[in-house]
Amino acid sequence: MLEVQIYKKLAEFDLDVSFQVHDNISGLMGASGSGKSMTLKCIAGIETPDQGRIVLNDRVLFDSEKKINVPIQKRNVGYMFQSYALFPNMDVYENISVGLRARKVNDVDIVVRKVMKQFQISELASRYPKQLSGGQRQRVALARLMAYEPDVLLLDEPFSALDEDLKEDLLRELKSELQISKPVVFVSHNEEEVSELCDFKYKIKLGEIV
Amino acid sequence: MSAQGSNLDLTPIWISLKTASITIVITFILGLLAAWWIYSRKSEALKMVFDGIFTLPMVLPPTVAGFFLLMIFGVNQPIGKFFMSAFGIRIAFSFSATVIAAVVISFPLMYRNARGAFDQVDTDLVYAARTLGMSEWNIFLKVLIPNALPGIISGGVLAFARGLGEFGATAMLAGNIIGKTRTLPVAVYSEVMSGDMESAAFYVWVIIGICFTAVILLNLYQLYVRKKRSF
Repeated sequence: MLEVQIYKKLAEFDLDVSFQVHDNISGLMGASGSGKSMTLKCIAGIETPDQGRIVLNDRVLFDSEKKINVPIQKRNVGYMFQSYALFPNMDVYENISVGLRARKVNDVDIVVRKVMKQFQISELASRYPKQLSGGQRQRVALARLMAYEPDVLLLDEPFSALDEDLKEDLLRELKSELQISKPVVFVSHNEEEVSELCDFKYKIKLGEIV
Repeated sequence: MSAQGSNLDLTPIWISLKTASITIVITFILGLLAAWWIYSRKSEALKMVFDGIFTLPMVLPPTVAGFFLLMIFGVNQPIGKFFMSAFGIRIAFSFSATVIAAVVISFPLMYRNARGAFDQVDTDLVYAARTLGMSEWNIFLKVLIPNALPGIISGGVLAFARGLGEFGATAMLAGNIIGKTRTLPVAVYSEVMSGDMESAAFYVWVIIGICFTAVILLNLYQLYVRKKRSF
């Protein structure tokens, strides 16, 4: 379970949200610039809230009062970026293995091959991100973070970089891949995507949940 | 030291190539690390101050940089004295002085190009690398450098050419000792001063040849990168 309580002063408004995500897919919906991406970045540790508390499965990731701020590397969150952030200088295999090596996972090769098989990207192993379609990139990005079994999945507008006609299939695919009994936070400005994918939804407006 | 047939002194070519080669290795590493250090700072004020310090040798007259180097490494200055008494090494007016002068003067070119190249790398890549668990050093080596490579390489080539052409600070700190600290640019100056334009012209063409080759190689590399990226 993920418990989030964040206060952060931003240039345009104050971000002030608190919500809980059980082991389901929760949507965080709002217009662009409403603070939803910032919320995800705070959970991941990319940004630091001014005040608040973030707890993941009884593990305190951030607590402004107790001065706890676990570094990003140690939070074990899976973050899917809007642009997927695949490393352009590495092929698919390296993109997935580089994080596992950094985490000193045993049998990196076996884990990578297993996860590539699971996400049906085995034949793309030696391709570079530039040589992949949008849908393939999304699958590689998901495989890359699922490989190290994160405790929470944070998806930041994962469909905004895709063509409309691809979206529906991928949405269904993603939904089946996300049946993982872990908290998943899905951020989007698109109501349809959120209703299709999510068990719960929060609407966020100018930094507050409405 | 005259240009009369076989009397032409070739040692400046050797000294310059040796200086420039050692210099570019040191400058390349220092410039990259400095750029990375600045890139990783959060405080804008701190960035601005240190960026100013790192860039100073590029905008100051080289003689001014040379003056400060003499104040540091001169035989009667604290650091110069320390090297003398501890290791028996005299820095000023030795070969190492040509390297120190060239490193200081060429460093800003490397630093600025590398920093500019790091700033161009998509920050999401760095964030992604962190969420994947990669250490900052690992990110520097495997994400930042490879994705900033064209800018880093061009900084390196420019710094190499600048180090090869260094005159002012070299003359101040290393002097003009034939066979020891007389580099190509210093040799050009000396020959002109002694009225031997023929020898000066020879050294001039050698410098032009080396620098032009370096820049052409850089352009070829960048052409290759552009082609590779556009599939």
